[in-house]
Amino acid sequence: MPRTLTINGQEVSAGNEQTILEAARDANIRIPTLCHLDGLTDVGACRMCLVEVVGSNKLLPACTTRVQEGMEVHTDTERLRAYRRQIIELLFAERNHVCAVCVANGHCELQNLGIAVGMDHVRYDYLFPRLGVDLSHERFGMDHNRCILCTRCVRACDQLEGAHTIDVLGRGARSLIVRDMNIPWGESTTCTSCGKCVMACPTGALFKQGSTVAEMVHDVEKLAFLRAARERKVWNV
Amino acid sequence: MNLEELNATATNERLAQAKKNHHLHVCVGTACQALNSEQIAKALQTALRQQGRNGEAEVKCVGCPGLCSLGPLVEVASRVNGGPTQPANESPADANHRTAVLYQFVKPEDAEEIIAHLGGEPVKRLETPLDQPFFTRQTKVVLENCGKVDPERIEDYIAVGGYQALLKVLTEMTPQQVIDEITRSGLRGRGGAGFPTGLKWGTVAKADPNRYPTNVPEGIQSRKFVICNGDEGDPGAFMDRSVMEGDPHRILEGMAIAAYAVGANHGFIYVRAEYPLAVKRLRTAIRQAQRAGLLGNAIGGTAFSFNVEIRLGAGAFVCGEETALMASIEGGRGTPRPRPPFPAESGLWGCPTLINNVETLANVPPIILKGAEWFAGIGTEKSKGTKVFALTGQVKNTGLIEVPMGISLREIVFDIGGGIPDGKEFKAVQTGGPSGGCIPAQFLDMPVDYESLAKVGSIMGSGGMIVMDDSTDMIEVARFFMEFCMDESCGKCIPCRVGTVQMHRILTKIQEGKATTRDLQILEGLCDLVKHTSLCGLGQSAPNPVISTLRYFRDEYLSKVKPG
Amino acid sequence: MDKLKFASVWMGGCSGCHMSFLDLDEWLFDLAEAVEVVYSPVADIKTFPQHVDVTLVEGAIANQDHLELIQTIRKNSKLVVSFGDCAVTGNVTAMRNPLDGAEVVLDRAYKDAQLLRPQVPHDDGIVPPLVDHVVPVHAVIPVDLYIPGCPPPAKRIRAVLQALVEGKSPEMIGREMLKFG
Repeated sequence: MPRTLTINGQEVSAGNEQTILEAARDANIRIPTLCHLDGLTDVGACRMCLVEVVGSNKLLPACTTRVQEGMEVHTDTERLRAYRRQIIELLFAERNHVCAVCVANGHCELQNLGIAVGMDHVRYDYLFPRLGVDLSHERFGMDHNRCILCTRCVRACDQLEGAHTIDVLGRGARSLIVRDMNIPWGESTTCTSCGKCVMACPTGALFKQGSTVAEMVHDVEKLAFLRAARERKVWNV
Repeated sequence: MNLEELNATATNERLAQAKKNHHLHVCVGTACQALNSEQIAKALQTALRQQGRNGEAEVKCVGCPGLCSLGPLVEVASRVNGGPTQPANESPADANHRTAVLYQFVKPEDAEEIIAHLGGEPVKRLETPLDQPFFTRQTKVVLENCGKVDPERIEDYIAVGGYQALLKVLTEMTPQQVIDEITRSGLRGRGGAGFPTGLKWGTVAKADPNRYPTNVPEGIQSRKFVICNGDEGDPGAFMDRSVMEGDPHRILEGMAIAAYAVGANHGFIYVRAEYPLAVKRLRTAIRQAQRAGLLGNAIGGTAFSFNVEIRLGAGAFVCGEETALMASIEGGRGTPRPRPPFPAESGLWGCPTLINNVETLANVPPIILKGAEWFAGIGTEKSKGTKVFALTGQVKNTGLIEVPMGISLREIVFDIGGGIPDGKEFKAVQTGGPSGGCIPAQFLDMPVDYESLAKVGSIMGSGGMIVMDDSTDMIEVARFFMEFCMDESCGKCIPCRVGTVQMHRILTKIQEGKATTRDLQILEGLCDLVKHTSLCGLGQSAPNPVISTLRYFRDEYLSKVKPG
Repeated sequence: MDKLKFASVWMGGCSGCHMSFLDLDEWLFDLAEAVEVVYSPVADIKTFPQHVDVTLVEGAIANQDHLELIQTIRKNSKLVVSFGDCAVTGNVTAMRNPLDGAEVVLDRAYKDAQLLRPQVPHDDGIVPPLVDHVVPVHAVIPVDLYIPGCPPPAKRIRAVLQALVEGKSPEMIGREMLKFG
């Protein structure tokens, strides 16, 4: 049964199993996302898609919240804009995101969100952690300096490739994306070298070897295509 | 074991205990055990034998009676005239209490003297009065058996009325009646948020196990679950540990009643591995209850089955958050997930799941036995019953206390706690652990209940209560809790993972005299962000210690920041 | 109306931002009409003057001289602009920070990588000592305006300066104005 709701004052109809994010997209209302990727399950972790729902005293992630009849959603209030900019600033301060020398410069979701939220500088202290780059795989590389821990690679590896080579080590700010039991990528016996993690990465953290500044373009759409093709036999996404 | 057999066991045990005139209760909770209390128990037994008095007295190892700062504690309960004067329906615990003597700072060498004085004048140099406010101002419901029963003997628990509530529920009440009783009692979750327990039970009872996809491991028949959250992690809190160590059967009984009410046949107790004694006693208790037919299949001869397993937590604070706890039980990374769906609809392996805190479940059996009205008669209009607190910090009597809801902070700190030592002044009390706030002196007469604490910017939390004197640096307090949250953040959501690091950094800068008023503004902005955008309760409440100290002790911050 | 007193400073950066500034080509003539250049690496003026209206700061704070000069700049300028990624974020200049301290970096550059006469240059009062941690300008002084970019494209610089010359505050929104890198 379809549901009717309003998003930013605009009346929108949606399927009852749809999320606020899906309903908004169908209505051409853009909600910023970072950990969401079409084709993967949602984890509601990055908090960029938080929206205000009238009657709820909490902000809700659009990617995991299902629509309800009569729901009144606001996606672009001053408060949400301020929070989103803070979140992006926190990410830029957390690790060493040096756009100027990054393989993903110009093709980076984090960089694009910085622009979208109007970030002209970062208010927080840069933390400058000392992090490594794993170049042990013959075709791909992982630069932890650029990683934002969105876990899109973890989910792509698990849900689309079925290998579950990648997971998260540690907790909090010390979290690290690792392969198998924290071994160099090139030594992983479970990695199929399919490259889906590289496709899924929003930043320059995962890249094809040989890419230099601004050369790494991720094929995020391919993952959604794969999923649709497999599950719904749709080939023309 | 059916009701008849249960009653027979209780009577036998009481008669056996009534044969002894003196009961020596040695605290073997973690704190006293660390001070060698098991040796004391052995020494007392040896002394009994040597003085030829083991016919008239028995030594019992019990859980924590509460006054940890005076431990190791030994309580000697004697009958006044030495004869079997106990009324038939009175538990030995009650009878003993009237004539008890409490010894403090006991050493194994004191055993002979204690035994020699049995029946006569108490050993004056060891005695601590039992009529001091620390004991008389408390109301014990959850802890009524702690310090009285031997946690490693099911018979001892049965003798004080244990498992009566479970059999009553199974034989006389429908699940809906049980839920109604809990609802009418007004019991609210003791884990922190204070969600009405009856409502939670009702939601799980009504939840359709087929609504969400499930993947229950083979071998587990149940399609609903009851989880006891024993992942007590607040710094300085040990309420749940004491109940698990001192009265484990109480928790099992509460769980079984909850399981019957919501229609679950399988339960888990999630305990942190740092509580080895609690784990050991719970394991023993489960084994004993299974053998007695009070857990497992066809409990009490009825059609109801309920199995309990223990799951050990590896000590991550966030695993006390219910969705992270379930992920951990399932074998995954202990990270929370967005709600809805709530665990009541889709929890463990996708099944409707009831998660209650240790203390919440421990309240259940007495509510069933004494009735919802009795329970609702304790406490305030919106906060019923009692609350256990771990009273620590700059206060004379530290330890475990249980007080009726609505008691004032002043009574807790100055009457029960005995006030501030070393002639210092009271400054603040911190409740709710890293999720709570600091409450200044102006609110000392405020009643302690869920709403009042929230109104002044703190929370009830699981029951940590840290008293601070006037020498306390409040920014350092905020920094300590922020460091805790930063270390314990799971790292999944950005505001908590990075926001706590940045807040901690600014607090450190303030302490080093390097911060400006601009930093203070950024700190307040981060408090707002982390509180309102974090994924789970850990992050949402992480700024509380900063917010509350900024609210009540802003001067301390302002005196340490430069303009800029 | 008096001409705008304009300064630009080159600190811990590669001078690329100034190169991009020079890419303004013939518009520089228009700018020269509108402002008075009172201090710049492209003008031979030795001391930073007083009563400056706008100062563009290229580069991060990387040594002791920068730390001192930036205070003078703040004191003497109405409007301080962080000019380019190094000034705004630390950027490439700050990539040595994770290595923890200036000494290891100097050793790497002047000793480990040298075959002939490996030694760290030092001459008190002439070679300014490096600070251990490179920071962006706004970590040291309040900054009024930020022009990101490595380097900021000439068009972006022009949009900012044009607005300032006209007495308006530049609109820093959108990809054209805000893209880092």
